[in-house]
Amino acid sequence: MGNTQFTPGVVAGRLPGDVLDDNFGDLHPPLDPHEAAVAADRCYFCYDAPCVEACPTSIDIPLFIRQIATGTPEAAAETIFDQNILGGMCARVCPTETLCEEVCVREVAEGKPVEIGRLQRYATDTVMAKNSHPYERAAATGKRVAVVGAGPAGLACAHRLAMKGHDVVIYDARPKPGGLNEYGIASYKTVDGFAQKEVDWLMQIGGIELRAGQALGEAVTLEALREDCDAVFLGMGLAGVNALRAEGEETGNVADAVDFIADLRQAGDLSKLAIGRNVVVIGGGMTAIDAAVQSKLLGAEAVTLVYRRGQERMSASEYEQELAASQGVRIVHHAMPVRVIGNGAVREVEFEYTQDGPNGLEPAGETFRLPADQVFRAIGQRLEGAPDGITLEGGKIAVSGAGRTSVAGVWAGGDCAAGGDDLTVTAVAEGRDAAEDIHARLAAE
Amino acid sequence: MADLSSDFVGIKSPNPFWLASAPPTDKEYNVRRAFEAGWGGVVWKTLGSEGPPVVNVNGPRYGAIWGADRRLLGLNNIELITDRPLQANLEEMARVKANYPDRAIVASIMVPCEEDAWREILERVAETGVDGIELNFGCPHGMSERGMGSAVGQVPEYIEMVTRWCKTYYDKPVIVKLTPNITDIRKPAKAAKDGGADAVSLINTINSITAVDLDDFCPEPTIDGKGSHGGYCGPAVKPIALSMVSEIARDPETHGLPISGIGGVTTWRDAAEFLALGAGNVQVCTAAMTYGFKVVQEMISGLSQYLDEKGMALDDLVGRAVPNVTDWQYLNLNYVTKARIDQDLCIKCGRCYAACEDTSHQAIAMKPGRVFEVKDDECVACNLCVNVCPVEDCITMERLTPGTLDERTGRVVESDYANWTTHPNNPAAKEAAE
Repeated sequence: MGNTQFTPGVVAGRLPGDVLDDNFGDLHPPLDPHEAAVAADRCYFCYDAPCVEACPTSIDIPLFIRQIATGTPEAAAETIFDQNILGGMCARVCPTETLCEEVCVREVAEGKPVEIGRLQRYATDTVMAKNSHPYERAAATGKRVAVVGAGPAGLACAHRLAMKGHDVVIYDARPKPGGLNEYGIASYKTVDGFAQKEVDWLMQIGGIELRAGQALGEAVTLEALREDCDAVFLGMGLAGVNALRAEGEETGNVADAVDFIADLRQAGDLSKLAIGRNVVVIGGGMTAIDAAVQSKLLGAEAVTLVYRRGQERMSASEYEQELAASQGVRIVHHAMPVRVIGNGAVREVEFEYTQDGPNGLEPAGETFRLPADQVFRAIGQRLEGAPDGITLEGGKIAVSGAGRTSVAGVWAGGDCAAGGDDLTVTAVAEGRDAAEDIHARLAAE
Repeated sequence: MADLSSDFVGIKSPNPFWLASAPPTDKEYNVRRAFEAGWGGVVWKTLGSEGPPVVNVNGPRYGAIWGADRRLLGLNNIELITDRPLQANLEEMARVKANYPDRAIVASIMVPCEEDAWREILERVAETGVDGIELNFGCPHGMSERGMGSAVGQVPEYIEMVTRWCKTYYDKPVIVKLTPNITDIRKPAKAAKDGGADAVSLINTINSITAVDLDDFCPEPTIDGKGSHGGYCGPAVKPIALSMVSEIARDPETHGLPISGIGGVTTWRDAAEFLALGAGNVQVCTAAMTYGFKVVQEMISGLSQYLDEKGMALDDLVGRAVPNVTDWQYLNLNYVTKARIDQDLCIKCGRCYAACEDTSHQAIAMKPGRVFEVKDDECVACNLCVNVCPVEDCITMERLTPGTLDERTGRVVESDYANWTTHPNNPAAKEAAE
């Protein structure tokens, strides 16, 4: 095709196929058995270990690492899955540098934590490679639970409920299950179709029926689900994307970063995926970083990530910021978009510098323009299509206890529920805990 | 750089590091490489009687245990004495000795407990011009089944008898190598001394099975589904060797008998510890087998630096720690210490807490923020917290100065030395001599 990084506009095939394959390979290649043994040996088996406390799913990390060290990764995996059935994905996508590894005593002491994430992947990969599923269903209870959303929260909830003997039906709006694991995470964090493999592995528990392409409020309604089922869990995530509120936002080639990431994840051939020469990503979270880095990896010449506040306020972890910088993404802080300029398609974006004032963020009075063939919005998602009558809090479904909503018999968890920090691992914890609460409720009936 | 030249029972070598009788010293080629690398001496791999040489197994002859990064911690072997013809060994020994007159070569010998057998081989060894002999009364596998090696070393009377023959028929130094596979190392050492030995060397290897194959249920190393105990050596055996060396060095019956220290010497520091406990030199095998002959260069530079820093000569080090090895009953019971945790060094892993709380004296408190503090009223100063702490010098033992209160016992620490022999709880207590 002859396109290069310098081809103007938004075009495909800026990089040769082998370079793309390299760029989108595994970010952290798996540990081999010897590497795992050495990495595991660094764990001090701390008393009341800080890493366990830092893990949203409270995985017994010292125990599973010791099980790896003693040559039983299968037992290690079970220790992980007992707490987190999506331990395989979490091993890949958890921001361990701000969770377990941040508080690892060896990180504190030496700046070099035990590689908990990679060790977790070593254990879970071992079991999943054998396609063995260590759990069995309890005797059927005859109860039926609907789960809305086949993302991390819904899958964790469904698995736990199925294990307890309940029948589960999962409804998901998308054609494939997995939620953000399938559609919303940078490709180099979960290579080789891992998200689908994990769902397939998880479904081996049995008793879970998946109905894809059925969005809540369209194919099904909460009312109908409440009628048909003994309990409902809502884990449909955040389908809406926040607007820039900048002039000219509707200009061509201004898109949502989540859609770009989803397209990229679903693309069979990355060399057919078009990307701008000059890409501007607006936002400061993981989605912004994922979009910026992948733009660069697709062959954009210049990628600039612009965040309206200071670096310390970015929700993307420091590690992720460094990853972006190392890939050549330029990060600009304290600038907000005021105008998207272009005739049909975007040509430039005008920003205004900001500063922190007594009343929050305020314009600093100076503007600048960045050339842009493509702009990605990544300034947060919001709940769309919340069922009528359910109480919201801060735009999300209000919950109390283990995910109980204001509607009797309806639980919620994951990104669509208030609280939490929008991480895969948090969603898993919420789904699991809601399942336990649902089970307790059903058992008491 | 300190002078490391060594004179061990009249055998001179440029440094006190000898290679022990073992595979590394089985032939001229290896020994030349060892000398080129800097080894002060070698004890040539054990010679047997004239006749068809011994045969070795044709499967694995070594087994090992490792740390996580395959750091070799212990090695065992079922190899026998040299399986090369006696004459070939003797010729090579003579040739190498002639080429390296400043290095020590000692012939290790193991022949049946018959006077003629010893006399015959001693005459031939003497012709080679090597510096001395070492009697292999130590190997615990294979040869012991034939009444040699540790089968001799376990019977003091045999040791004395054979040593006497050797002193009769050989006029250079006779070193008796002892097996640790006995109850009291002082008995064979005494027998060697009584037989006229110039020195003892110890320890030979320890009876061992390194592992069991849990699929096939065979001990390792495994030969066609079966395993036999081997001789254990390497870093793991050093504490056992140090203790045995010290027992011989401090026992009035054997005190002053020169000792060649063997057993897990891996670094200069290990060597220095053997010397301090009374060894006149050291012999090394596993470290060389693990890392090659070059390790001696670290041993030489390290020991030199240490002696320079201490302003000591090599001889000043030998036996320096022996007076401080004593019996439990003479330890000062008025020496009271408490564990101290350096909060700046503490990385808050809590291992000290788990160890103390679960398995010791509940003397460490875990406070909010993972702050670990010693409870002086519970701490018996056992040292377990120091041993399990992953940070060097984070937990130390601090002596309570006499006159202060030991909160655990409620008693004021006394300044006088007092031991079990005078303790009121000792039924056999007697007044300490003034």
